[in-house]
Amino acid sequence: MENAVLLEMKGITKRFGKTNANDHICLRLHKGEIHALLGENGAGKSTLMNILAGIYRPDSGQILANGERVEIKSPRHAADIGIGMVHQHFQLISTLSVAENVYLSMGRTDFVINKAAMEKTIRNYSEKFGLPVDPAAKIWQLSVGEQQRVEIMKLLCRDCKILILDEPSAVLTPQEAREMFKTLRNMADEGKSVIVISHKMNEVMENADRITVLKGGKIADEMPAAEATVDRLTRAVVGSRTLAETVRRESEKGGKPLLSIENLCAGNDKGLIALHDLSVELREGEIFAIAGVAGSGQRELAETLAGMRKVVSGKITLHGKEITKTNVRQRISLGISFIPEDRLQMGLVAQMNMQQNAVLKDFREPAYSRWGVLKKAAIRTAAENYVKDYDIKNGGMELPVGLMSGGNQQKLLVAREIHGNPSLIIAAYPVRGLDIGAAGEINRILLEQKERGACILLISEELDEIFRMADRIGVLCGGRLMGVRENGKTDYEEIGRLMSGEAV
Amino acid sequence: MTALITSVCAAAIVYAVSVLYAAVGEIFSQRAGIMNLGVEGVMLMGAVSGFLTAYYTNSKMLALLAAIVTGALLGLIYAFLTVTLQADQTVCGMAFLTFGSGLSGFIGKNVTGIASPVKFDKIALPLLSQIPFIGDVLFHQNLLVYLMYLIIPLSMFYIYRTRPGMILRSLGENPAALDTAGINVFALRYAYVIFGCSMIAVSGVCISLAYTNFWNEGMTGGKGWIAFSLVAFSEWNPTKAALGALLFGGISIVGMNMQIYLPGVPSQVYSALPYLATVAAFILSTGSFRKKHTEEPAALCCSYDRESR
Amino acid sequence: MGLANIRLERKQVASLGRRILNSVLFVLLGFAFSGIFIAALGFNPFTVYAKMISYSFLNLRGIRGSIMAGLPLMLCGLSVSAAFKMNLNNIGAEGQYAVGALMGGAFALYGPALPLPLRMAVMFLLCALGGALWAMIAAVLKAYWNVNETIITLMLNYIALLLMDYLCYGPWMAKRQTTPISEKIPQELYLPYLGNSGINAGIVIAVVLAVLLYLFFQYTTVGFQVQVNKYSLRSAQYAGINVRRNILIILGLSGAIAGLAGFVQITGVVHRVQAQLPGGSGYTGIVIAYLSQFHPLAVILVSILLGGLNNSCSAVQIMGVPSQIAAMIQGCIMIFVIAGEFFNRYRLVLKKPDTTAAGQAEAVESKGGVGL
Repeated sequence: MENAVLLEMKGITKRFGKTNANDHICLRLHKGEIHALLGENGAGKSTLMNILAGIYRPDSGQILANGERVEIKSPRHAADIGIGMVHQHFQLISTLSVAENVYLSMGRTDFVINKAAMEKTIRNYSEKFGLPVDPAAKIWQLSVGEQQRVEIMKLLCRDCKILILDEPSAVLTPQEAREMFKTLRNMADEGKSVIVISHKMNEVMENADRITVLKGGKIADEMPAAEATVDRLTRAVVGSRTLAETVRRESEKGGKPLLSIENLCAGNDKGLIALHDLSVELREGEIFAIAGVAGSGQRELAETLAGMRKVVSGKITLHGKEITKTNVRQRISLGISFIPEDRLQMGLVAQMNMQQNAVLKDFREPAYSRWGVLKKAAIRTAAENYVKDYDIKNGGMELPVGLMSGGNQQKLLVAREIHGNPSLIIAAYPVRGLDIGAAGEINRILLEQKERGACILLISEELDEIFRMADRIGVLCGGRLMGVRENGKTDYEEIGRLMSGEAV
Repeated sequence: MTALITSVCAAAIVYAVSVLYAAVGEIFSQRAGIMNLGVEGVMLMGAVSGFLTAYYTNSKMLALLAAIVTGALLGLIYAFLTVTLQADQTVCGMAFLTFGSGLSGFIGKNVTGIASPVKFDKIALPLLSQIPFIGDVLFHQNLLVYLMYLIIPLSMFYIYRTRPGMILRSLGENPAALDTAGINVFALRYAYVIFGCSMIAVSGVCISLAYTNFWNEGMTGGKGWIAFSLVAFSEWNPTKAALGALLFGGISIVGMNMQIYLPGVPSQVYSALPYLATVAAFILSTGSFRKKHTEEPAALCCSYDRESR
Repeated sequence: MGLANIRLERKQVASLGRRILNSVLFVLLGFAFSGIFIAALGFNPFTVYAKMISYSFLNLRGIRGSIMAGLPLMLCGLSVSAAFKMNLNNIGAEGQYAVGALMGGAFALYGPALPLPLRMAVMFLLCALGGALWAMIAAVLKAYWNVNETIITLMLNYIALLLMDYLCYGPWMAKRQTTPISEKIPQELYLPYLGNSGINAGIVIAVVLAVLLYLFFQYTTVGFQVQVNKYSLRSAQYAGINVRRNILIILGLSGAIAGLAGFVQITGVVHRVQAQLPGGSGYTGIVIAYLSQFHPLAVILVSILLGGLNNSCSAVQIMGVPSQIAAMIQGCIMIFVIAGEFFNRYRLVLKKPDTTAAGQAEAVESKGGVGL
């Protein structure tokens, strides 16, 4: 016995340039269900939901709400119809308080603000929906999990009947994620419908009622969660491709110590201390993973090791030599390479072409310049070698890299960073946003580097990836290293507890 | 001596008000996320349009209205360039500087150096102007000064105590969030840029019809830039802007008066005082040796494009 | 219908030809817009434009004049372009020009009488040094404290011009003069003319500089670093590029080029130091830099055009048209060229009627009240 169909999307198509982000997609949403939208990165999940939320307009296709044709013109219009979305990047104004943020989205018309009354209203809502959060707190003071609650509360206060959440568990610890899905289930039981975008099969199978799988902008499969198996989902998500299986081999115990960090403290962009008294030793030939929810100090750690951030106190030693005070250039020549999380804002220059990006760090080397004049031919050859060796599809050597696909950008970045056999590779979220094929390729390269004897500091928020790749796992929470565990002697539960700051 | 102090203080207020309209306008514009570097150009256009209207119609109210309309039109163009066409705001500001100073010189050529028949004269407010010293300084001023006495508290109330003010504060902070909340980011940015430019144009009227009653090419002499740097100096807060403007006014007026007492010092040194003060204030308020303003709109200078987020 | 069927589409890269065509089109629109104001003052824009063009560009004397007037503009335009190659807004070319002129002028007027080539060289270097020093104030503030260079360079313009005023009205003022001008500089320091063309050797300096700048940005490691810096500060830090040093180099270079405008103007044209010598060239330099899209070689051409525009004012002044017409036209053009930039990034596309068009026409426009 199925509930009424609340919403139907028919033949939705959306193109960006030449690519079809959504290609004739049909989707049906019932009342009171949790509907999961599964698919790898770039499958078109977010695009489809952004259409529903009024951010994009479809090129063709229809949307029916309660059987009636609607054309969703804007986010506000979507809200009027009863559709609200929690984006992956939260849409909160960090300088305003929780109450002010919720109030803003409520579309009220009062002119003068009565702060006390406003906070009281929001506190009532917070209790009613079971979303505990302090209405007077400023957004920037909240943890990511609390911010997510504010986002959900915004939708509920606007009386949305359909809640869309884009990768809601990505920023949470396993325990927090479980809690969040419990809240979502309660809402579904009260008659709301929830769409959850995800790329995690287990999570979807455990929590959803219905699963729709997208692949390459098309619907690949659709099923009730009860009928889903890992096999079936994998086939739908990946298709007929055979994947290069990433096999991790146990590293030899007791590789030589490479990098030692002692009592490291460093600041963030606001000048506040973001790393507290961090001490750890990394060895040659191992993958050391850093786990933690977003904003636990990962960025600061990576940038401090790369030399981009000043050390407030503490000591960093590489190969037994202190490098605490060395600058970025010196660290590059000492063999520290860095695959940063912002591929296009830091690792590569989007507006420059492949050749220029290929020598972004090495342009001063005698191979590429003499007396301050660039050797253009040598640079071109270097770039061509990368293209050949790593099978980079670039659409022309003169094209800005910003126009290449994410996978090819990352391949170029990784190729450049492992060139010259670095001894330490800092890899921050190296496969984020890549499709499964490209991600497998990058992981294979990293494992190869480990075999060669390099040490890889792998920063990730995906526990699956960490457990697949790492030899040891360090957990960051609030800028502190909560503990270090051997892979194989720990589990999701323990790492999750460490991520939330519980001492174990 | 007291007479001198009174007149210096009164003159400092007139000077302050002539940059304050522009500063407050720019505060609204920047709070909405749009930086207008072309303050000087818009101010000149306001000064010349006000002056021409006063010259030909003998009405200062019409002059004020003409300046406001001119400012609004310029604001409309500016908003079109920066909000709709998403052009670089620094470049647009420079274009407005060139455009405003060129066009104002062109259309004002025929009235250069001729006195306007009307100007905003000083009006003594009944009773209040009788208070010794304070009365002479604060309540023996022109209409535009009195209006500013109202604008400062009103704008403070609007920005910090009302719902539209809350939206304004968010507009420069995270426009995408407002858009999802169903607020029309584009329309609001247009509105605040237009309002800002109108206010800047009124500053021009202060200079051409209250401070003096003449028009001269480039007569604002950098006051637009002073107003612009006041914005960061005041941390986007109208009250602090008023205090800052008084400081600048004081420095300039004292400088002018010093000339009489210390004739040995070249007059150019006194003329340079406001510029030096502006440079100093700008360095002190924006240098990275101090903590980043929490009030600085995070999305300042970023054009908002719904499809590319 | 109508507007609703036009859609904007982001373009990936616009070809050079298209961009030039686009610029030319919008420059013409800028002229058309200026025409409105010319007409508003009661003149016929067509007659005015025709007179201006024929004065400046349709005869040899006019062209010679345009090139000469364009010379200081070239250097200011190159100065602004060079800074913008690193996203630095140097709107202080005016002041750097003035300080360059003052340093060079001080040497020419009061310096030792060195042998000729050396004397010329020292003056050249001092002008460049003066401009560089003035720009360095903003550069140091930007590099070490991240103070916005736009405001600082601009405020320094006023201060530099006041300094110039002071010297020309005061200690440097020529005897038996009432205007703020200095004595003439020694005749050996006059820039020679190129044959009997009536154009002085300053043009060689400007063209050589433009070519050097082009090569510098295109082929050197510093040019490469500057480009990385322009697009992404964080990439520059990531690649171990010394951002601070680059700011100092580029703003210093930019200031030095502007200072050389003082050199060519003093040694080539006025042969003395006078108050308000830059006369707005620094600001025109900004317009030139944008019109030429910061390409050093394009700056040469655009400067001659704007030099001609400036000169042509005197042709229409007889008709009673205010001489500010040149500045006004420049402003209009700049606004239109900025607007035109948009069409390098986007193009207007007519929405193709799709298969559901009929259905779309019938579709009941939701009034937001449908609800669920």
